[in-house]
Amino acid sequence: MTRFDFPAPSRSEAEEALRAEVRSFLATELTNARAIDRAPSWSGFDASFSRKLGARGWIGMTWPRRYGGREASFLERYVVLEELLAAGAPVAAHWIADRQSGPLLLRYGTEAQREAILPRIAAGECFFCIGMSEPDSGSDLAATRTRARPVEGGWRVSGAKLWTTYAHKSHYMILFCRTSDEGERNKGLSQFLVEMTTPGVTVRPVCDISGAHHFNEVHFDDVFLPADTLLGTPGQGWAQVMNELAFERSGPERFLSSFTLMDEFSKVVRAEPTSGGTEAVGRFVAHLVTLRRLSRSVATRLQAGADPTLEAALVKDLGALLEQDTPEIVRRHVAAEPSAEAPDDFAQALAWTIQNAPAFSLRGGTREILRGIIARGLGLR
Amino acid sequence: MAEVDLIAETAERLLADFATPQAADAAENGVFPDALWRAVEEAGFLLALIPEEAGGLGVDPESAAGLLRRSAYHAAPIPLAETMLAARLLAQAGINLPAGPLSLACGDVELTPVPSGWRVQGKATRVAWGAQSAALVVVTAQDGRAHIALVPRDGYAATAGRNLADEPRDDLSIAADIPPASVAASPVDAEGLLWRLAALRAIQMAGAMERALDLSVAYAGERSQFGKPIGRFQAIQQALASAAGQVAAAVSAASLAAEAVVNDGENASLRAAVAKARCGEAAGSVAGIAHQIHGAIGFSHEHPLRLVTRRLWAWRDEHGPEAFWNRRLGEAALAAPGGSLWHLITAA
Repeated sequence: MTRFDFPAPSRSEAEEALRAEVRSFLATELTNARAIDRAPSWSGFDASFSRKLGARGWIGMTWPRRYGGREASFLERYVVLEELLAAGAPVAAHWIADRQSGPLLLRYGTEAQREAILPRIAAGECFFCIGMSEPDSGSDLAATRTRARPVEGGWRVSGAKLWTTYAHKSHYMILFCRTSDEGERNKGLSQFLVEMTTPGVTVRPVCDISGAHHFNEVHFDDVFLPADTLLGTPGQGWAQVMNELAFERSGPERFLSSFTLMDEFSKVVRAEPTSGGTEAVGRFVAHLVTLRRLSRSVATRLQAGADPTLEAALVKDLGALLEQDTPEIVRRHVAAEPSAEAPDDFAQALAWTIQNAPAFSLRGGTREILRGIIARGLGLR
Repeated sequence: MAEVDLIAETAERLLADFATPQAADAAENGVFPDALWRAVEEAGFLLALIPEEAGGLGVDPESAAGLLRRSAYHAAPIPLAETMLAARLLAQAGINLPAGPLSLACGDVELTPVPSGWRVQGKATRVAWGAQSAALVVVTAQDGRAHIALVPRDGYAATAGRNLADEPRDDLSIAADIPPASVAASPVDAEGLLWRLAALRAIQMAGAMERALDLSVAYAGERSQFGKPIGRFQAIQQALASAAGQVAAAVSAASLAAEAVVNDGENASLRAAVAKARCGEAAGSVAGIAHQIHGAIGFSHEHPLRLVTRRLWAWRDEHGPEAFWNRRLGEAALAAPGGSLWHLITAA
């Protein structure tokens, strides 16, 4: 019998008290946010908002207190994340640092690296970008060509990263690159903690299809990195990056990217109910409740120290399907021209979601890569 | 957790022994699998949903879901889900549980007091195993309050019918005088019975989908074309991965359904609605992919795939199709206080 491990997620009163606290905070903070501002959610960058969250103790929540965390459970953290996303809060500034860079530092960083950086992340003052994709290395991460050569006192790096979200506003990148050619192609890879102000690092904008600037290309021109910027063990970059991806793939952001549009749609149907519209709202509820349960199961397993790579891939694949279906479904029930300029919230949310939907099954692992992981889990590869 | 494993292991062993494809084939021709039924009864599974203090197994939701998923996995041709629920409702109502398989219905039935107890008269349609059951448990409104009545087999005549999977779905004509001890205030009204039956079908669908996926993965590993197992082709892998996603969603929704039935409580009917709608949607997708992977052989009557795919196509429309339950969910969401979809989602 094919078995995936999705244990029943727990629910505690502490979590519900926390949820009420977050809702109350967001109701005040986002009073004047328009739909076009709420729709992007974890793509929306607002450093001052991130600092406010840091002050509340809602970044790095699961980390040890000595690094600025509050030693909360993964499910408490989950409550904060999902409330932020559902409300359409602009959380992009600290999102990567909180989700994967911080946990990576906790697991593989030196004590000096942790002490220097984790408290700043938790305060909402230190932002990270991901240095994985390259022009010739997208899904095939082991094809990375950026290279670090060992030199006296450290390393010299040359190469280029691409699709680097908010590199232009980040303090650090966790750089994934080649440090050796020996062995199989997923050997000889390593990670570095790179300050974006390091001489020789150049960031150039790459605009998306709507003209918005969040992507960048990041060039490394014979950049000197001191020895203490190495993160983890040289040659173990592949294992480290796979661990990072398990955190990257299972969270509520993997099925709530279209939530603002769903919510605006439900408001339109509430004002003028139709049978089809009501049914479509109900289907969103059925899908979201199910996905949320799956995703919270993965959080439960992360809490237990398990490796839920397969389950995370299943959640992300299902989540992207729902996120991408959403604009296609709602427009069958409401006649509205998608427009960021329109006065009504539904048209604004539709405009953002339609144009960003293609990315939902690309970022963080394409649909095809995820299904390859699932097929391996089924014993087919 | 030990309890989960014990029930699951016992069920798996017993079903593998008795719920054979031959038993399923025979059942399609009207033969009731007596040996299978006796084994299930002796294992105590019929009492799974009755609390321990009331003499049942009092299983937790995960065990209940596991048991029903496995019975559907093996296409066990018996009214296990119906009897489990009927037994729970009788226990809650304080009516003694009779032996044998039970049918469960909410029909157009009238209860009239007579000197010996109650006269029960009316009709119930499309009742699972109506003709082959030992007794009928019927929920009906009497003076505006829900009542539950236990009607012995000689108290109703059955006109045989079948669902798409050739499971018995019979129309019953009820006329009997039953003793006072066979009627009580019902723990559920018609609506409450409907969502519980829908929840049980959702759990069964999840189990049938698990089987369809397992058969497909196994076949993809065995069947060679173009010189290699077809499971080596990316197109096949991607299709099976897609089915696996639907199965994962269905199994998760089935757990929600079991929580609704076992724990009852606030939002239980919403959880049942989520489960029936989500499993119903997954069912069509998984059955379609399973047949595509199996090619022509899976479309033949001799192949066991049909035992689960035909059930999926039947079950998704029984006790309310996706459209029905999605509309219910939509109405609840639109009426939710605070005017936000999100509040309902986090409450469910």
